[in-house]
Amino acid sequence: MIMPRNTGKRLLESFTIIKHNRRAFFGLCVLVFFILMATAGPVVIPLDMSQDFLMRFQGPSWAHILGTDFAGRDIFQQLVHGSTDVLTIAFATAFFGSFIAVLVGLSAGLVGGKFDMLMMRIIDIFLTVPNFPIMIIFASIFRINDPISFALVLAAWSWPGLARALRAQVLSLKHKEFVEVSRVMAMPYRHIMFKEALPGLMPYLMINFIDMARGAITASVGIMLLGLVPLSVTNWGMMLNFATFQTGAIYVPSALSYLLSPMLAIILFQYGLICFASGVEEIFDPRLRS
Amino acid sequence: MNRLTPLQKKIFTSLITVFVALSFTFALMRLMPGDIVDEWARELQVQQGLTYQEAYKIATTRLNYDPSVPLPLQYARYIGGLLKGNLGMSLNYRIPVSTIILKALPWTLFVASLALLVSFTVGVFLGMLAAWKRKGFLDPCVTFYASLTQAIPNFLFALILLVVFAVRLRWFPLRGAYDIDVVPGFNLAFFLSAFHHAVLPVVAFTFQTLGGWALSMRASAMSVLGEDFVMVARAKGLKERRIAVQYVGRNAITPLITSLAIAIGGMLGGAIFIETIFGYPGVGFFFGTAIATRDFTLIQGLFLITTLAIIIANFAADIVYSKLDKRVKLE
Repeated sequence: MIMPRNTGKRLLESFTIIKHNRRAFFGLCVLVFFILMATAGPVVIPLDMSQDFLMRFQGPSWAHILGTDFAGRDIFQQLVHGSTDVLTIAFATAFFGSFIAVLVGLSAGLVGGKFDMLMMRIIDIFLTVPNFPIMIIFASIFRINDPISFALVLAAWSWPGLARALRAQVLSLKHKEFVEVSRVMAMPYRHIMFKEALPGLMPYLMINFIDMARGAITASVGIMLLGLVPLSVTNWGMMLNFATFQTGAIYVPSALSYLLSPMLAIILFQYGLICFASGVEEIFDPRLRS
Repeated sequence: MNRLTPLQKKIFTSLITVFVALSFTFALMRLMPGDIVDEWARELQVQQGLTYQEAYKIATTRLNYDPSVPLPLQYARYIGGLLKGNLGMSLNYRIPVSTIILKALPWTLFVASLALLVSFTVGVFLGMLAAWKRKGFLDPCVTFYASLTQAIPNFLFALILLVVFAVRLRWFPLRGAYDIDVVPGFNLAFFLSAFHHAVLPVVAFTFQTLGGWALSMRASAMSVLGEDFVMVARAKGLKERRIAVQYVGRNAITPLITSLAIAIGGMLGGAIFIETIFGYPGVGFFFGTAIATRDFTLIQGLFLITTLAIIIANFAADIVYSKLDKRVKLE
């Protein structure tokens, strides 16, 4: 694989391809929108959590563009402030998960032998044990209350699939000339792993990174919806939990916005990620370009 | 190690997985807050007028956990108890965990198998049609449906169903597996009520898995369509329908059967969200409540059952696959 040295030029080139692909461009816009919302949003939009029960379950209006919750608080503000946690969990899980997967998958594939066999058995076990229940057990028994620890728990059960796939890729790369040359030149494993094998696997890794982030959103929001891991009240999963199980908002017609807002935010973000992933796939796989 | 046949390797891995799961649940039991055995023993002492030693012994049997002996012995006793079918007593409900599981399991199996049946049949049919008529309007529809439903987590869809059809329209009940005024048993009223309660959970399960089945079938059918024997069949002038069903369909469905077997095992663990939202008293519902109430004995029992289900399903998948595809040999 030819790797242009100029990263800036490469980025620009990628952006041009994304811009010409409608699906991918839509995905990128959604992604940028949510990242802005999670980073700059809380700074620009203040969060007022003072309660005013006279204003409860109001529909959308100019004062509250998404209406109010069970305690008369603005839903839009909560959505913005909650996005930070949701995105942190998603990307941190994907980061930790990919990191473990790369480490295990690449080393198992390159070292081979007994070590490979051991790693494969461990991966098998991780894949067999029911991961939703065990994630929930871990997250709630250890009384998790910050997004990074939550991400670590989710990541601990998200890496095996990718690790196995990476190992398979490494095995097929192993006999390609450039890796054999490095071996003949007695380069250290570390070098072969990160400088020779990893760049070729980068696109594959990026798509899986996005998939893992999506999985983390589903898992974390689901677990919080059930009220099993209480994180901050503005988290989208917690908002849904309040709307569904705690405040009876699902029975109040005017509270529709309280239920729908976090839901649509999740669906839009997920759909954006899916579209972006398909764009990334096309960038690196020229055969898919039309 | 190298000389192991795939079947032996599989058994070996399964045994290790069971061992890991057992060790995990044992560790979970040890995480129980406070000295629960002592607490239960004191309660029994008062209730039944026993000496503390007698009461303690009964409490350890009821919980299948005895913290008074050395650690290795604790572990051995725990496994021994499990082998005798003693999953302990639920801390919260105060009835044997096995009783709860036996009551919950049929409901989950009922809903899960119904959902799998519907989503698999419809999905395979749609996928086959999409692959058969690549130029038709169905193909892009199937692809779009699959990518859209990927974006909607099934519990969100379940929540939408609940609000629309149970809360607003009141077409379906809010929770439970059957109406309280019917008598569970072999009668029509009970069956109708059970089906009525199962509709929303089944639709919620089906909604998301359907797209996946359709896409897998589409991919599988498309690869079969490229095979020589399909061309030969065409050259022989066989009827389109016969080629589609007996040549392409039958061969394309084989790899999906494996996924189906695995999906059956995974259903138990995946049911937590949907069953909790619909208040449907299956394995997933009790899993959710057990974790919320920190009912450690119930958690370990449900976890072991779920793990076991997956291991058995994986095994079944391998065996079925080797039977269907003669090229794959287990021995």
